[in-house]
Amino acid sequence: MADLVSHPDEVRVVSRRFGQGAASLERYLELDGYKAVQKALAMEPDAIINEVKNSALRGRGGAGFSTGMKWSFVPKQSAKPKYVLCNGDESEPGTCKDRLIFEHDPHAVIEGVIIAGLAVGATSGYIYIRGEYRYLSVIMQKAIRDAYAKGFLGKNIFGSGRDFEVYWHGGAGAYEVGEESALMESLEGKRGIPRIRPPFPAVVGLWGGPTVINNAETLASVPHIILGGADWYAKLGPPKNGGTRLFCLSGNLAKPGVYELPMGYSLKKMIYEVGGGIPDGRELKAVVPGGSSTPCLTSDEIDINMDFDSVAKAGSMLGSGGVVVVDDAQCIVKFALRTMKFYQHESCGWCIPCREGTDWLKKTLQRFHAGGGLKKDIDNMYYLSENMLGRTFCPLGDAAAMPTMGFIKKFRQEFEDHLDGRPCPYQKEGAIEQLPVMA
Amino acid sequence: MKFSDEFEQRFAEMVPHYPTKRSALVPTLLYAQDEVGFLSDDVIAEIAARLDLTELEVRNVISYYSMLTTKPRGKFNVQVCTNISCMVRGGEEILHHCATKLGIGHKHTTADGLFTLEEVECIGACSWAPAAQVNYDFHENLTPEKMDGILDNYKKKAMQ
Repeated sequence: MADLVSHPDEVRVVSRRFGQGAASLERYLELDGYKAVQKALAMEPDAIINEVKNSALRGRGGAGFSTGMKWSFVPKQSAKPKYVLCNGDESEPGTCKDRLIFEHDPHAVIEGVIIAGLAVGATSGYIYIRGEYRYLSVIMQKAIRDAYAKGFLGKNIFGSGRDFEVYWHGGAGAYEVGEESALMESLEGKRGIPRIRPPFPAVVGLWGGPTVINNAETLASVPHIILGGADWYAKLGPPKNGGTRLFCLSGNLAKPGVYELPMGYSLKKMIYEVGGGIPDGRELKAVVPGGSSTPCLTSDEIDINMDFDSVAKAGSMLGSGGVVVVDDAQCIVKFALRTMKFYQHESCGWCIPCREGTDWLKKTLQRFHAGGGLKKDIDNMYYLSENMLGRTFCPLGDAAAMPTMGFIKKFRQEFEDHLDGRPCPYQKEGAIEQLPVMA
Repeated sequence: MKFSDEFEQRFAEMVPHYPTKRSALVPTLLYAQDEVGFLSDDVIAEIAARLDLTELEVRNVISYYSMLTTKPRGKFNVQVCTNISCMVRGGEEILHHCATKLGIGHKHTTADGLFTLEEVECIGACSWAPAAQVNYDFHENLTPEKMDGILDNYKKKAMQ
């Protein structure tokens, strides 16, 4: 469905089998499929965890936590069954990578789930796919059926004497559910409201059992680590940032697309070489480096390496790998407003700072952009965002506050220009401010 | 309440996947909605009974998920993304174009019951923006002209 792109600087690990028909089990087996899980079956659980720890693989969903470390938190003994949960509720604006994994390499996800299960002592796993991705859940359901038919899933997998079940599960439209505790609530058939932590899911998760929750890209990376070795994987990126990443380049670029680049790849090169630069003779204004919840970087701040630690040092986050490029024809206030409109829509309403904060920020930004701004609004919005930080059960409140603070801090002038040049001095010609209200 | 054999087969297969019955609720609601068109009182009562839930518990879940609806929609639900990646590439123009062409606003349905228009949040097509989904089909790298062709095709499809 979605077009594939390529660039000579790409290092294909997770995307190795893209475009090669690997959704078919036969083809997947020809391309080294299900070799890693057989290798893992011969390994001790701790050896698998150590291998993943040493590979410096960090969570691809956004937080960037060490995957091996996460697995090691699952208690060895548990009265309740343990579970592996694959997070495929990809909904962070700017992110469209898991979609390609599910479409082109669904068995890699299944294999990753089994290996995670072997590592933590779980005997079943769930692959949660967002409801909008119906065609992908069809592909995944077929992949699971095929794997069962071959004896790769179910009782006595690969004749090892071990059992492992993998099930598919679907969402029905909710960004919030991409947060791990809300994801579990959703899988349990409830509203996707976050749980308080501790206890962490690794100890008390799905139906009260210890649960490992990893992003689809993280799990799809695991078989490659087991086969290629931790050293090889770790060395693809800078220290503590192992491997490669699927970067989703979008926005005002000549060649947007999902490119797999080594961790630590230059953001500047990503924009101007891989992404083909800014079209129509425009200049770069800002770039959102890791999905809509990460603070933007200005055109003076793009000389950085795209790994978790370097982007954090630059005051933002590598996040989900969604790089959104914004050119100088765009209005930052409008961009901030659209971002906030999203968070206001997606806030589950459980925590007051997030529910009220996103609503007030949206209303203020709306008024501000429409020409009704006051000077004090700028500081008020910053203050309000600041006070949402760290005061909610889940990071959705932070995800709404952080980019807003970034926009105000880095583009204050643009906010002030809205006071002088009402309603919006940056409005693109012909752009529609608000939809006509029709009966 | 009668669902298709396909639905029944999937439902029967899915329920034993979970230690609690209600876990099958969200995907079951979506599949039921796809068959009936919306989550009617009958559908809600039926699913609640099957999963040992009260109707209120089911409604409580429905109101959380943006894809689930208790109101009828058109045959084709045109969902245009206007989130950041789509916005900077003309997503709003696409939405406005659809609104003008169909003569309806957000979450409204055309008089002939063919189209419902919806402005949606990120659908995961950022690198191929601007994008829209009609029911479950993705349409990407859109222009107003391309969108015209897409809507016309669906209209033709409905005539057949």
